[in-house]
Amino acid sequence: MISRTLRIRISFVLGVISFLLMSASGLVITFSKYNDIPTGIPLFLPYLAFIVFFLSLYIFYHYHLGRLKNANLQDLLWKVFVTGLIATILSLGLILFEFLFRNHKVGQNPLFINFIYFLNLGLILAFLLSTFVVWERFIFYQKSKRLVYSWKIFLYLLLLSLFLIFLKIGFGNPIFYIIIGISLIISIYFSVNLKWVAYLNYKQKWKSILLFILVAIYLGYFIKQIWDDSSDSSDVLVLDLFENITTLIIFIFVFVYAITSVLVLLFNLPTSSVFEKKLEEIINFQRLSQSRNTGKNKEEVYEILLESAVSAVMADAAWLDINQPGSLETKQLRYKIKKEDIPDVLEHIPKGKIKKLLSTDPVKNLRTNRYIASIRDYKYRSILVFPIYIQNDSLGTLNLLKEISDGFNDEMIDIIGTFINQASISIENFNLIDAAVENERYKKELNIAKTVQRNLLPTKLEESDFFDIIGYSESADEVGGDYYDIFKINEDKTIIIIGDVSGKGTSAAFHMSQLKGIFHSLVQLQLSPKDFLIYANNALAKGLDKNSFITAAYYIIDRTKGSLLFSRAGHCPTLYYDHSKNSANYFYGIGLGLGIIRNNEFYRYVNIDRIKYNPKDILVLFTDGITEARDVNQEEFGYDRLKNIIVENAELSPDEIKDAIVKAMYSFCGTNALEDDSTLIIIKFKENKT
Amino acid sequence: MITIQTNKEEDFYIIKVSGEVDASSSIHLDNKIGEIIKTEKKIIVDCNDLQYISSAGLGVFMSYIHEMEEGEIKMVLFGLGSNVKNVFHILGLDQLINMVESKEDAKNLVDAI
Repeated sequence: MISRTLRIRISFVLGVISFLLMSASGLVITFSKYNDIPTGIPLFLPYLAFIVFFLSLYIFYHYHLGRLKNANLQDLLWKVFVTGLIATILSLGLILFEFLFRNHKVGQNPLFINFIYFLNLGLILAFLLSTFVVWERFIFYQKSKRLVYSWKIFLYLLLLSLFLIFLKIGFGNPIFYIIIGISLIISIYFSVNLKWVAYLNYKQKWKSILLFILVAIYLGYFIKQIWDDSSDSSDVLVLDLFENITTLIIFIFVFVYAITSVLVLLFNLPTSSVFEKKLEEIINFQRLSQSRNTGKNKEEVYEILLESAVSAVMADAAWLDINQPGSLETKQLRYKIKKEDIPDVLEHIPKGKIKKLLSTDPVKNLRTNRYIASIRDYKYRSILVFPIYIQNDSLGTLNLLKEISDGFNDEMIDIIGTFINQASISIENFNLIDAAVENERYKKELNIAKTVQRNLLPTKLEESDFFDIIGYSESADEVGGDYYDIFKINEDKTIIIIGDVSGKGTSAAFHMSQLKGIFHSLVQLQLSPKDFLIYANNALAKGLDKNSFITAAYYIIDRTKGSLLFSRAGHCPTLYYDHSKNSANYFYGIGLGLGIIRNNEFYRYVNIDRIKYNPKDILVLFTDGITEARDVNQEEFGYDRLKNIIVENAELSPDEIKDAIVKAMYSFCGTNALEDDSTLIIIKFKENKT
Repeated sequence: MITIQTNKEEDFYIIKVSGEVDASSSIHLDNKIGEIIKTEKKIIVDCNDLQYISSAGLGVFMSYIHEMEEGEIKMVLFGLGSNVKNVFHILGLDQLINMVESKEDAKNLVDAI
């Protein structure tokens, strides 16, 4: 395919060549005619060149003027005007030139006359065809299949008519008049395609009218010129445009279309303001509904609402009260009204004489009802009040004022209603998206907290030569408040801690991290379990919330002494399985949660227990999430069930025992979800190798 | 769910706590006690219908211990079920808060301390 630019270039070059050919051959023919020197150039050569020139011009403008879009409708018209202006000026120049030689011999010379005429012809055709192409674009502003077909037929007829030039059908010939008549009808038929008129605004319409009139004047000027030339020197001219049917048809068409355009534009002027208003309403509506996508904020939605409402009802003043969440204060957006005037306006609304209540709710409060009211003895004579709601939450109230009475008709009220609805949908979307974003943020933060908290628990419990150990911890929420840790002082001495922070969730997790810090600081001091808890209590007394406490138990396993030392700070009792007796017992001892007493009296409430351990004995540490796990009947899993499982499974490895407990606990709970964090540590002493 | 009923017998202020005190419902209990200790000196808590108390619920009782000592406010709990009592016991709160079986015992104890 030949590209558009190439087509433009080829048609331009072809146009120039054919123009030169036409003029040259025409002049040579004239010369030979008047000097009786046969040149052998046939008469059809300038005619053929004329046809080529004509077609080249059409093709050139067809591609050169580009496609019509709404924005360049005016530009195209402007181009036509400018082309016409240039053509007219040049043509006037030629006339002046001709005029100067009028009385001179050269002025009477057929060669000279033909030369000037060819130049004029070029100008006229250039203007005519550019106008024709632009009108074509205008007609196709909104295409229909029928229109495209009929236009094609028109074009083919024009093409066909071009060849009539050889037949020299001119005035006096009935065919000539028939063709002129048909072209008039065709012109009128196409002239009703003026849909583009509706898309112009008031100002553009005026401008278009002016341009069309000017174009019509050019056309008139040119037709007059070729008429004059034709009547003055018809016998001299090689090629008479006035005798050319195609040119005349196009002249008629272009002229008729220009005239109908002017008329239609004129008749459309009064309605254009209404049309523009509707258009503006639609655009405003769109602005309101798309505010989220275009990166606007809630403030801007309110601004658009006020602006759109004011322009839709042509209000003289308006204000918008916006309720501030969690406060009685309202924010005010105002249009052409001062803040201090507003109470005045409200005072002037006669309470008993609200003209029209627009909602069915009883008049409880004027500020929550839609109504129109007339205002007496005041600058403003009518007010339209519209509250804005999302479901049952009042967002604010829109107040529109007019200086005339009965200033609001039903249509205006409908539009305001639509605007308000759309604005509240937008605001609601903002709220929902804000909430979703917030939620997403919390989720992310919670995930971070979860990771951090998971990292606070040891990933792997350190192995030891003299016992096997397994830990298990499950959180009820994303983050939990259970804590356990192990610290190996040396090959013979291991320290274990288990803790449970009151409450659950994020705050519990933070307190748990405090406990971890305390544990890792104090554990290196090799304190007794009791001293550890006293120090920990002191430290936590400063850091815990008023309502929070931590229960903990601290264990020292010492191989050299074969002993287990432990203290309990309000934590669940220690479950100890004695293999030699095949029985398990809970060691309660006295104890008090950390952070409950925040002075130096705490030591009174801590005790140390000591157990001599033997191989195959089992130490079970747990948090209350295990024993307080409840079934559907709200019965607790309890201490006895836990104890029995240990006794029954005492021969198994710690891992298997843990599995047995967890399984038993979950089957006990059934469908009941885990309510509290649950942690379990099982230590089984090994056979003495030494 | 938690219900808190209050009434006054002689100069004793009696709070009856029924249902389950967990993390969310403990706030009501917290508010109630916080409000009462501003004016009352003798408080008796009826726990006969208290079915369950979580650590957050214990936290409420715990948080007022110090305040009550300073304000010379006396508080006695009575009628705790074994489960609930055990929870107090494990945490060690029974060492700091007085608990008795009946309302009469509670009144006597409040007067005695």
